[in-house]
Amino acid sequence: MSNGGSHAITSAKLSKQFRSGQLAVDEIDLAVPKGSVYGFLGPNGSGKTTTIRMLLGLIQPTAGEHELFGWPMPAWQADALPMVGSLVEGPAFYPHLSGRSNLARLDAADRTASRGSAKRRIDHALDQVGLLAAADKRYKAYSLGMKQRLAIATSLLRPRELVILDEPTNGLDPQGTREVRSLIRQIAADGTTVFVSSHLLAEVEQICTHVGVMRTGKLVFQGPLSELRSTGPAKVLIRTPRPELAVKVLTEIGLADVADSGGEVTAELGDMQPETVCERLVLAGVPVAGLETPRRSLEDEFVELTGEGFDVD
Amino acid sequence: MSTRQVFASQADVPDPVPDQVSGVAAGRVNPVPSWWRFFCSELRLVFGRMRNLALLGVLFIIPVAFGILFRLTLSANTGEGPPFLNQVAGNGVFLTLTVITLMLTLLMLPLAVAVVSGESIAVEASQGTLRNLLTVPVGRTRLLAVKYAAIVVFALAACLMVTVVSLLMGVILFHVGPVTLLSGDTIPLGAGVLRVLLVGLYAAGAMAALGAIGLAGSTFTQHPVGAIAGVLVVVVGSEICDQLQQLSAIHAYLPSHWWLTWDGLLRSPVDWSGVEHGLLSFAIYIVIFVSIAWARLTSADITS
Repeated sequence: MSNGGSHAITSAKLSKQFRSGQLAVDEIDLAVPKGSVYGFLGPNGSGKTTTIRMLLGLIQPTAGEHELFGWPMPAWQADALPMVGSLVEGPAFYPHLSGRSNLARLDAADRTASRGSAKRRIDHALDQVGLLAAADKRYKAYSLGMKQRLAIATSLLRPRELVILDEPTNGLDPQGTREVRSLIRQIAADGTTVFVSSHLLAEVEQICTHVGVMRTGKLVFQGPLSELRSTGPAKVLIRTPRPELAVKVLTEIGLADVADSGGEVTAELGDMQPETVCERLVLAGVPVAGLETPRRSLEDEFVELTGEGFDVD
Repeated sequence: MSTRQVFASQADVPDPVPDQVSGVAAGRVNPVPSWWRFFCSELRLVFGRMRNLALLGVLFIIPVAFGILFRLTLSANTGEGPPFLNQVAGNGVFLTLTVITLMLTLLMLPLAVAVVSGESIAVEASQGTLRNLLTVPVGRTRLLAVKYAAIVVFALAACLMVTVVSLLMGVILFHVGPVTLLSGDTIPLGAGVLRVLLVGLYAAGAMAALGAIGLAGSTFTQHPVGAIAGVLVVVVGSEICDQLQQLSAIHAYLPSHWWLTWDGLLRSPVDWSGVEHGLLSFAIYIVIFVSIAWARLTSADITS
């Protein structure tokens, strides 16, 4: 691993086999560039949380290694982890303490945080996530959205180089999801690397610059979001009052996967240019009301990569 | 460092953390205050819990109740009570010794320590707060050290409270004066009270050893109640084995065997043998079980 300089997270053949024999994570090579918003995607049970727990030194990999900012983990976690804010598998706090006391507890545990500035930093973190008004309420009285935001506030207690968020919008209503998304944007806006796991496509599509896709413990895709979009075959969609004729023509000119869904005919473009297709249709007397080359949705990519549907809200 | 912009997303907000950038890289970690700060936080957690305060409340009420009960029994049948009652009647200072003995054998003090030690790590695991602490990062050894220190403080507080409250009850309800020791010598009241306080400290040592067992148990489960029950099973099992003559060969190694061997403190000159054996036993239990807890916590996968 030599990417410590330009990468926030790197891993080489990182693997975890549980004692039950289940291979939860299978030789994944992560490369999360500094400053990126990295969407870590995959269906539930594909090994995302196990990977995150390994990245943070909570569980020991059975093979492979990883680094945070070039610090080998977990040997150097005392140096690496203060730079990292995290939310793993849902918010977890002392139910009988207030939001403020919970943050104070975590801040007291941080040997690199100064006591003198604690109150100011805690208030600031609470303010950032909009919990200042509810700061002295007991945690158990918080709504799910407030709990989630308090968890994000722990990442804001001090400046961070990297924030790792595991399913930060899990169980939130659309309003809460929007709030969390804007918080992530805010964190990323100044160069903090964000590593966010999710099984929700919309979340990733809107905020991420890079994605990694997990499927049954393997990393099946990794790269910039645009790269994911450009993989896979391009399609053409024709709107016409005579779809049966269009189907016939498209099949004749050799396009694959021709399908008619009631006035809208789609086919895979292959090597053919859309203008050529249009010309051939018109020459054959098909009335073309509209022609599009729709970008494949990220969801299509996922279903293809992961081999199963996502539970899209 | 691209750090502080998080806080300055509104352009006019002045940087609120001028004195606290990545302290590690700058080598500015001052170990003593950071340990102390986390320890204080742990103490607040232990002593701020209503349940733990209720336990201490019970430990406060029981000596008071015992004192009143003995006083009433004494008024009812003068001079006809059991031998310890006559001793208490003779000098209120002995109330403390009676109460400490009862609190240990009736499992009051062990129960309180079992609760606090058994849940120490397990409750953090069950709430999920353990993963938050470890990713701060708090350091697993440091977490264990602070947890155990807080258990010892709780054990000390519980034992000293029982001692002091029963001393006060003895003063209020019974006659106090120069203390006649088991060896027959009489020492001034002040020296007698000092010896009784030493007995209280000795009991705290016994409870600290029990706390180490609880701490170790606590690292093996995510269910605090399971760890607490485990400690109580150990105590009851140990007391039963200690009664069985057939097992006399292992009596000296049982965790509860030395809990009441402080009587040498009430002789003149002080007979240290029982106390020394006891303290050695407690120390060994602490070393073994804190080591087990350490080995377990530093190697465990935290999946809670």
